[in-house]
Amino acid sequence: MSQPDPNQPTTSGDPLLEISNMAVAYGRIEALHGISLTVNPGELVTLIGANGAGKTTTMRAISGILPLSSGRVIFDGRDITRMKAHQRVAAGIIQAPEGRGVFPGMTVQENLDMGHYARKFDSKADYDEALERVYSLFPRLLERRKQAGGTMSGGEQQMLAIGRALMARPRLLLLDEPSMGLAPMIIQQIFRIISEINQQGTTILLVEQNAQQALSRSDRAYIMETGEVIKTGVGKELLVDPSVKEAYLGVGADSGSDTSRAAAPAAGAVAGGAAGAAERPDLRK
Amino acid sequence: MSTPAAASGKPQARADQPKPAGGKEKIAIGDRFRLWWNSLSRPTQWAVGVPFIILLALLPVVRPPGISTVGTDFGGVMAQFGMIALIAIGLNVVVGQTGLLDLGYVGFYAVGAYTVGLLTSPDSPWNQTGDGGWLSAKWAWLAVLPIAVAITAISGLILGTPTLRLRGDYLAIVTLGFGEIVRLLADNLDTLTRGGQGLSQVAYPRLGESDTAMNGVFAAGYSNGGNINNGVWWFWLSLLLIVLVLLGVGNLERSRVGRSWVAIREDEDAAEIMGVPTFRFKLWAFVIGAGIGGLSGALYAGQVQFVVPTNFNVINSMLFLCAVVLGGQGNKLGVILGAFIVVYLPNYFLGRTEFLWWNINGNAIADYKYLFFGLALIVLMIFRPQGLIPVRQKLMTYGRQIWLAARGKRTKFDDNPAGSDKPGSTAAAEVSR
Repeated sequence: MSQPDPNQPTTSGDPLLEISNMAVAYGRIEALHGISLTVNPGELVTLIGANGAGKTTTMRAISGILPLSSGRVIFDGRDITRMKAHQRVAAGIIQAPEGRGVFPGMTVQENLDMGHYARKFDSKADYDEALERVYSLFPRLLERRKQAGGTMSGGEQQMLAIGRALMARPRLLLLDEPSMGLAPMIIQQIFRIISEINQQGTTILLVEQNAQQALSRSDRAYIMETGEVIKTGVGKELLVDPSVKEAYLGVGADSGSDTSRAAAPAAGAVAGGAAGAAERPDLRK
Repeated sequence: MSTPAAASGKPQARADQPKPAGGKEKIAIGDRFRLWWNSLSRPTQWAVGVPFIILLALLPVVRPPGISTVGTDFGGVMAQFGMIALIAIGLNVVVGQTGLLDLGYVGFYAVGAYTVGLLTSPDSPWNQTGDGGWLSAKWAWLAVLPIAVAITAISGLILGTPTLRLRGDYLAIVTLGFGEIVRLLADNLDTLTRGGQGLSQVAYPRLGESDTAMNGVFAAGYSNGGNINNGVWWFWLSLLLIVLVLLGVGNLERSRVGRSWVAIREDEDAAEIMGVPTFRFKLWAFVIGAGIGGLSGALYAGQVQFVVPTNFNVINSMLFLCAVVLGGQGNKLGVILGAFIVVYLPNYFLGRTEFLWWNINGNAIADYKYLFFGLALIVLMIFRPQGLIPVRQKLMTYGRQIWLAARGKRTKFDDNPAGSDKPGSTAAAEVSR
């Protein structure tokens, strides 16, 4: 499905993105307490965690919208810790933001054209090719070319956000909760396309609450809790890891494995009071 | 009265999302006009536009009875319209194009006017037109014009650099403060501006001096004996400047700069994430808008030959904003129409005792203009939040292509994926910055 040998984290060569001890604060409240993670070229890496774990903060810090209070971000061997957001886009870090962030008054086509704003095509042929790729991944967007972005459904807007990011030909694609607020059918479709994009060679860092879908499709994953990375490993292994199953997949708690409730570590905590609390140290191993 | 309406009206219009089409939509006149205008090729636009401008220029010369004003000189009204139109174009860059709510735009107008006043009025300690000054009395106004624009643009830079990191309401409040600060400075720097006494005998263009017109056609009190007075000349001058400014702003809009502005207006975060240096382009919009405001202020100072702080009250900012919102934020032609309405209607009623078949008290109507504009804005926000000639009709985006397709001229969208402003092909042609 994803990389040839998903059990072997690709450690050969330099990582594309390397974050070390990144801390981010909103005013005096620290949201990230020094996290470290790496993304290797060609990988699909997932960040999983409950609400408030710091996933979106991590994404915003990587794309340069939030400043770091300490730590370093290395992209492709270059220290980009102090680089502005729009310069990072030019360097190839492209984000499809949480809540989609399409331009509501622009048409689908104009939205896509904003995608390559900072990363221009060398020739018209390259542009046509990239556009064709986006439209073949998302035929729905082709149907809606002339429609204003704001008038489309949530799933279509998500497709547009991803398509727009692809028009920038990302070296690292940051996807922030692409499944948020979407119907299960659409979620399946979006994840399938994310895998496809990854297989076509785009490195992806994905933030998700939908642990089931995300873990089964990613090479590696980081599990975040209250601003820290508490566990990391190969996606499919984490999927069967008992503590992860209990906390993020809803297995082990009374409710059974319902994907819509997957991202509810709180459910685990609530389910068994002291037992839930006892589970936490386990996770940190 | 109109203040809150103008201030709160704008975000409403912005937040308004295009509605899905419910079958066949009735197209309003403003949209129809915009669709038609956008469907014309550039040469045709010129072919239509130039005669229209000439007709407009001849309006105060002919003074058709039903259109001309009775209570005040029609030439003067048109001159005022020209200046407000210029302001509306400048404010439109900031508010309409980039989506930055600026409530203190009158501050830039004041800076432009005071630059001319301070450098050319004999009342000013910085006067350069007298003995030892570097301005000749004859060319002083024209020489100071670019200086006024430059200084106003710099004031835009000074205001914008710290404040453009703020957003929405906060920016509105700060700009509101700026407008007041400029006026209060002018009022209180007595040694420099003579405060409330104002600066008199400001320079103006000395053109067409003759025995009958001692100080040229732009001087106060000039008249050729017929309809052409100094107001008409000032109107013509402002028309010329409007055309020049429109050409410049239009080119910017169609360029990468314009696309960046629209992206910032639509969603600033998304724009930043797409690699738009949002701060830089917001600053550019501010500086360009300020410069145009300063140009208009310089015109005003020259025309009335007198600058005084009370002319730069905050209510004027609201009136300017009213012109932009009324006409259609983001649409250059729309905001000019808005400026015309804002200037012409009160003056039309001034001194009139009957309207159609009613007996009216025209002076009272003119006095209550802020009330009426406030009401008009409220009604507009309910029924037509996008303004009379909006920047783009809801849903029917790419109006030009759809218009052409509807007339069977071009139905294949796929040959040129980029549409009327061709972002795709221009981007492909542009090699890295």
